[in-house]
Amino acid sequence: MKKKVLTVDDSRTIRNMLLVTLNNAGFETIQAEDGVEGLEVLEDANPDVIVTDINMPRLDGFGFIEGVRRNEKYRAVPILVLTTESDAEKKNRARQAGATGWIVKPFDPAKLIDAIERVTA
Amino acid sequence: MDMNEIKEIFFQECEEQLAELESGLLKLNDGDRDPETVNAVFRAVHSIKGGAGAFGLDDLVAFAHVFETTLDCVRSGKLEPGQDVLKVMLKSADVLADLVSSSRDGGSVDESRTRGLVKELEALAHGELPSASGHDAPKPAAKPAAAAAPAPKAETPKPTDDSGFQPIPFTFDGFGQEEEPVIEGSTYEVVFKPRRELYSKGNEAALLLRDLSRVGEMSIACDTDALPDLDKMDPEESYFSWKISVKTTKSEDDIRIVFEFAEWDCDLEVKFADEASSDEEQPMRPVPFDLSILDDAPSAEDDDKQAEHGADQTVAEAVSAAETATSVAKAAGAAARAAERKESAAAAAAAAQNNAAAAAASAGQTIRVDLDRVDRLINLVGELVINQAMLSQSVIENDATGTSSINMGLEELQQLTREIQDSVMAIRAQPVKPVFQRMSRIVREVADMVGKQIRLVTEGENTEVDKTVIDKLAEPLTHMIRNAVDHGIESPEKREAAGKNPEGTIKLTAKHRSGRILIELQDDGAGINRERVRQKAIDNDIIAADANLSDDEIDNLIFMAGFSTADKISDISGRGVGMDVVKRSIQALGGRISISSRPGFGSTFTMSLPLTLAVLDGMVVTVAGQTLVVPLTAIVETLQPEASAIHSFGASQRLISIRNSFCPLVDVGRVLNYRSTQANPVEGVALLVESEGGGQRALMVDAIQGQRQVVIKSLEANYTHVPGIAAATILGDGRVALILDVDAVVAASRGQSLRPEMSLAATG
Repeated sequence: MKKKVLTVDDSRTIRNMLLVTLNNAGFETIQAEDGVEGLEVLEDANPDVIVTDINMPRLDGFGFIEGVRRNEKYRAVPILVLTTESDAEKKNRARQAGATGWIVKPFDPAKLIDAIERVTA
Repeated sequence: MDMNEIKEIFFQECEEQLAELESGLLKLNDGDRDPETVNAVFRAVHSIKGGAGAFGLDDLVAFAHVFETTLDCVRSGKLEPGQDVLKVMLKSADVLADLVSSSRDGGSVDESRTRGLVKELEALAHGELPSASGHDAPKPAAKPAAAAAPAPKAETPKPTDDSGFQPIPFTFDGFGQEEEPVIEGSTYEVVFKPRRELYSKGNEAALLLRDLSRVGEMSIACDTDALPDLDKMDPEESYFSWKISVKTTKSEDDIRIVFEFAEWDCDLEVKFADEASSDEEQPMRPVPFDLSILDDAPSAEDDDKQAEHGADQTVAEAVSAAETATSVAKAAGAAARAAERKESAAAAAAAAQNNAAAAAASAGQTIRVDLDRVDRLINLVGELVINQAMLSQSVIENDATGTSSINMGLEELQQLTREIQDSVMAIRAQPVKPVFQRMSRIVREVADMVGKQIRLVTEGENTEVDKTVIDKLAEPLTHMIRNAVDHGIESPEKREAAGKNPEGTIKLTAKHRSGRILIELQDDGAGINRERVRQKAIDNDIIAADANLSDDEIDNLIFMAGFSTADKISDISGRGVGMDVVKRSIQALGGRISISSRPGFGSTFTMSLPLTLAVLDGMVVTVAGQTLVVPLTAIVETLQPEASAIHSFGASQRLISIRNSFCPLVDVGRVLNYRSTQANPVEGVALLVESEGGGQRALMVDAIQGQRQVVIKSLEANYTHVPGIAAATILGDGRVALILDVDAVVAASRGQSLRPEMSLAATG
């Protein structure tokens, strides 16, 4: 069965790149535009792994991760943070919110797939 | 979807983000301190950087990164966004826009300007306020001395490398400094003890061990000593640790990278085997490692590696212990916490739902449609309107109106058609906002160039008008804004001397007024210097030296061809285009422009434009048996001339006296060569029209048929350009009628005999 990835990113460009990359790599992809929408679609999406941006309107990546971790059903789902934030402070905040790992942009398809495979069986 | 399409989307998105950026910065400039505004500005730059990085647009990434770093200082409250700071930011936004367009269309960017702004931005991030003059900031002092000084703690931007990213040193307290010797097949001892947080963040000991197995050949032992009796066991706790020896050709960093995501949440020791083994006994039996059971579909790479290792009973135990630990934790944890979490989760969900609903309501739903499709629809609706009119006409002609059901049906059809037409026009309607936003950049740049302080205030930027009108509006508006900055607003010193605020204001307003859009450009500058304008007009042979002109007429002289008040051609407004060109392009849009000015208080340009170029309100007239349409906007009034009001002038020209002033009479039939003899004005109707230069003319036509809205059909597209004719339309009876180009007709009549100065004198 295909693994399901939920991606949360407000940039149309990045959403499209994620979609193309993940579909080519054989994943099923569900997309949301910000943290609020991400939490909304979470239940129906039932993802195996989540990839999220940090800077987003309405609800940012930190809030979204906390929201996922509060959900009994998804509190152990691996969450990868896709962000250009390279400084340790933001990585740390993401980790404290409950992120599993991160992928530093610029967007690199190989790095993305590699990171997803690292956190999924 | 391929990469090129995504790139196209990226550039579209950039446009949106740039608009967002600029409007956010302008809000901040007006004193808005809403954190969400700062966030939106930050996100805009951040998004551009993210996408640009994916496409390898290094210049764009590098600049966006510096910009973003400085914005982050504003976001975190370290940098107060005062006027000086925002000035730099607005300029940076402009450079960012330039970089985006040069990335898309090729072409070059002013590199010294970019470099200068990078330095200014970096200085801001260092906590230095920009120099008062602002635009000559890249001084030597701003860079090396300041960078060396102890800068505020947080993010001091490190010098960026080629890609524009700051290097991320991956240091491990002492290890990163010197290269570990990489010995062929060296062995490392790894002690890995996960803490409970590791599992709560979605990491998995088993997966980490699987990754480690890919680094080299390994043997593993699981320490289960800490595992308590079942009744004392906390399902969320982590009890196991592992001792692994890895034989690899790779370096220690490669081993540590496996634990990159987990390093905070575990105790990890990585030692070179030789030092470790000497003083440490090995209580557990190390075993070769195989984690094939983890992969339900092993990859080719895994197969290679695993083929080398045999499965071992002890490994299976170790792994299943790890798996049990996590799965027990998951299941038991779920049950244990479900009750206590239920309430807060429900509350959170409810809150999220409320938020979402509110946001969805405010955001509004939009779709993107190719412009061609909309245009095709508009064309078809145009045909429908004509068809409906023809149908009505033929019903009347065949006298079928007696049947009331046909009548009612016709009326309904007419109403529906009109509604469809209005709705379709609304699709093409766009707010003038993008054009207005472009103007604020022009004001900034030109003001900077001429050393003036100017604020652009916009009003009614959400006023909607047909896209074609918007597109064609940008150029004349740009020119007028340049003029206002260059000539309208005085220098700060002069303003202060006159007791005014040294900062000038230009106000750009859009509003709907009786089915048209009214755009006003108002400056609080010195107003028109009438003495100089008059002198200039005399020098350029536009008016006679002794012409007697009212203030209004003098002001309107600036719209005359060949007029330019700038004594020296400046880089800014003197580009060989004068206000006459502006006026012509506004008129080409079916609009009108006028000026009013008060010396010392500034000038106001008012443009009135049609909301759409697809339909036109016209007066249907008859000339020499032909049916013509005269745009209603051009007509000031209509009148039936009396014989006593007509005066001959010269060989063949005639004037008509209207309320004590004389106005040249233009015989439309003759100008268009419908007839060779003069029509008798008393038998026809005169349409008083306003033409280029503000003068009035009386157009002679034979009769007025009525007034109606017509669908414009381009003559150029279907036939060829005809002088004196703007376009064509199809009337209800199916006949083609030509739409008169009033200005061309007037110009043609003037070209025959009347000299310009005479006409001006005559209207005076």
